[in-house]
Amino acid sequence: MDIASLTIDGVREGLRARRFSATELAAEALRFAQAENPKTNAYLHFSPERAMEAAARVDEQIARGEELGPLAGVPVAVKDVIVTKGVRTTCGSKLLANYVPPYDATAIVKLEQAGGVILGKTNCDEFAMGSSNENSAFGPVRNPVAPDRVPGGSSGGSAAVVAQGTAVVSLGSDTGGSVRQPASFCGVVGVTPTYGRVSRYGLTAFASSLDHIGPFGRSVKDAATLLGVIAGRDPADSTSAEAPVPDYSALLDGNVKGLKLGLPREYLKDLTGESGELIARGVERLKGLGCEVREIGLPSTDYAIACYYIIATAEASSNLARYDGVRYTTRAATPETLADMYRKTRGEGFGAECKRRIMLGTYVLSAGYYDAYYLKAQKVRALIARDFAQAFEQVDAIVAPVSPFPAFKLGEKVDDPVAMYLSDIFTITGSLAGIPCMSVPCGKTVEGLPVGMQILARHFDETTMFRLADAFEKAGEL
Amino acid sequence: MKITEKEVRYVAGLANLQLEEGEVSRLQADLESILEHFDKLNEADTSDVAPMSQVLFDAGDTATLRADVPAPPLGNEAALANAPQKGAGYFKVPKVIER
Repeated sequence: MDIASLTIDGVREGLRARRFSATELAAEALRFAQAENPKTNAYLHFSPERAMEAAARVDEQIARGEELGPLAGVPVAVKDVIVTKGVRTTCGSKLLANYVPPYDATAIVKLEQAGGVILGKTNCDEFAMGSSNENSAFGPVRNPVAPDRVPGGSSGGSAAVVAQGTAVVSLGSDTGGSVRQPASFCGVVGVTPTYGRVSRYGLTAFASSLDHIGPFGRSVKDAATLLGVIAGRDPADSTSAEAPVPDYSALLDGNVKGLKLGLPREYLKDLTGESGELIARGVERLKGLGCEVREIGLPSTDYAIACYYIIATAEASSNLARYDGVRYTTRAATPETLADMYRKTRGEGFGAECKRRIMLGTYVLSAGYYDAYYLKAQKVRALIARDFAQAFEQVDAIVAPVSPFPAFKLGEKVDDPVAMYLSDIFTITGSLAGIPCMSVPCGKTVEGLPVGMQILARHFDETTMFRLADAFEKAGEL
Repeated sequence: MKITEKEVRYVAGLANLQLEEGEVSRLQADLESILEHFDKLNEADTSDVAPMSQVLFDAGDTATLRADVPAPPLGNEAALANAPQKGAGYFKVPKVIER
């Protein structure tokens, strides 16, 4: 068994043909992941007990001749911002270094009900804030494709394990590009579903109106299957949607002839170099598959970075207020008063990027600035959403870059937070509108660095997005 | 100048963040350049849109409310399990009220 290139279908066939049992696969997957992890630091910790119990349940189902779930026996990794009962969940922060959640996120419950085997928790930027995974309190992740480079962020660990082969699929979270950008940097598929498609219950809150849980896979089909498992209405999250969940992987027929695709001219003017050339070649391939491609306008794009960083930091400053040294974080030593305890715990506990965002968010919400920044940003958000709504009157899907550049070197951009924020331009627009978007591999640079192409679709139309990505993938290496 | 070091200290107070001296000057410089970029929003004409505070879908006001069914709570022991300091079934913190 070649564990590093297993697919969900491969696991299913192996179990059915009795080439391996679920417990044998889980043991081997854990051994392999633990042996390979020092190369990337992608896993923060492993959950062998939980994995072996889940695998044993699958083997019992097989022994009883029961129908297996869509993820039966599949080794899965989970970003360490999604809570797992009895398994440490650190959010990449010193503050939660010892936090053991008393409950499971809804996505975790669904994943295990479908037979998934959770191997462990993956590294990420602290509280999912960052675009390089260098803001983790537990050290950066190395890109498996190029070890001197970042894997992207904030879900860098979840992208890296799938690229490295130390999990078949994984879960990440995306607020402004944190699944799509690392997927692009590591050469795997990463999906941000429609806002509300997947319950956020148990996803540690960063910016609640923008947070999504999303899957990674080595193929479109695997990512689509995982999304199908975790999607759906959840009474524990009032923003989760009632919309029916299609059987995505069954709808991948490879035929996208006549599909109308839009290319945003505002994105293409900023895209130069090899990433631009690869996206242009990707677009030519889509034309070759029979898609009709036309230019479209998303005129509010220029305002997106400011809009996003006001709304996201405002929500974050409020959501991160709970880490105060009282209930579940570490606590500063010998505080004199309660207020002193809050200030010292937070001052010592948060890393530089979290502090920057808490400060920014607190500032834009503070008296005298609320209307000029926060309220204005919410109005601009409506403009950005309207741009997309108008575009989708003309086209079925939008094709765009994911990042202005491929994976950069570790340390290369840490000293310039504004430049780092600006690099999120292509992913945050879709996040602000709440539409489904994904990154699918679109060739490699001369140096061998992967580049992802982004596909965006209408609210709740993940099906069109997956069909297009799947047809693109099936056409082979670019 | 958009923000002074004095304002940085004031905002840090609102956010309950203790900052070192070096952090104050660094944050002042970072926030200054980020806030300058935020000025771009002034160019956007938002006279004909309502603020969007949530991704809205066509649904009734109560469509996403769950049924109000009582369920067992977490329980005292589980709730306190991660507390840095606890006692007698409570979270313990430094003394708040002087007798």
